[in-house]
Amino acid sequence: MNRFLIPLVAFLVLVVFLAIGLSLDPREVPSPLIDKPAPGFRLAQLRDSGKTLAVEELRGQVWLLNVWASWCAPCLEEHPRLLELSQARTVPIVGLNYKDSRDAALKWLAKHGDPYSTIVTDPDGRVGIEYGVYGVPETFVIDRHGIIRYKHIGPLTAEALQGAILPLVRRLQT
Amino acid sequence: MKLLPALILAMSAMLTEAADAPPVAEDPVLEKRVIRLASELRCLVCQNQSIADSNADLAADLRRQVREMLKAGKTEEEVRAFMVQRYGDFVLYNPPVKTATALLWAGPFVLLVVAVAALFLALMRRRAQIDERELTPEERERARTLLAGGGEKRP
Repeated sequence: MNRFLIPLVAFLVLVVFLAIGLSLDPREVPSPLIDKPAPGFRLAQLRDSGKTLAVEELRGQVWLLNVWASWCAPCLEEHPRLLELSQARTVPIVGLNYKDSRDAALKWLAKHGDPYSTIVTDPDGRVGIEYGVYGVPETFVIDRHGIIRYKHIGPLTAEALQGAILPLVRRLQT
Repeated sequence: MKLLPALILAMSAMLTEAADAPPVAEDPVLEKRVIRLASELRCLVCQNQSIADSNADLAADLRRQVREMLKAGKTEEEVRAFMVQRYGDFVLYNPPVKTATALLWAGPFVLLVVAVAALFLALMRRRAQIDERELTPEERERARTLLAGGGEKRP
């Protein structure tokens, strides 16, 4: 009896560990930036390169920072959700145009619609590094005091928006 | 005169190869440090490659970041801290020892201790099974014929 019991238990333990391992998404690396101040930047705006935007100017409001690029296919996937969000006017979405060319970005927005309140450009990806960006699209929720409260990696899904991001935004806004 | 076009063709092939080569480092000593440090850092896009090995865009950017920081006189520890601040411990191929990683570090040794203990117990148990007694005269006789090579008469 014992002869079969021990390997069976060992096997079941292994199965449990493997099941946990399989259900984890290795691409979801927890960001150490959560609950830390959003790294500062002053970047040229996409629509008007003469103007800049700095993180400090967004103090006092809850905002989303959405990292995107015209070359990024999953960005197109989440795009309808961003458009809906901007139409509902729940929260300003600041776009960080990551390692992109101005022309390509503007053309992409003209074709697919523009959900952003402001867009800043990060042509060489330096601000991306400051935000620990490793896969576009990424979306950060930043509170009134400029603290990063949430980070979503990959295209925004309806579940991520309804389940995590919007409730958090509402809570931070009140 | 067929040689000349062939030569030109061969050289142009070499030129296109050269276009793919990495930029020549101005400072080979610095570049060596960059590569060594970069090979300790995990590329987050490809995950199973270091940023020294990876061809991903982000890896190239991070190599540039490492190069600039070392050039500016930052220590390797400072560069590592910079990466951890932004990407978490995950970027380190050498994870730090702390409570979250205790199992990772101690695990192999724990397994070793358990395995040695199990082996020891199994050997003890086997020893207990060995029946140590004197042979009876008949058994002794049988052993002798077997050893003498006479074989055993099978019924």
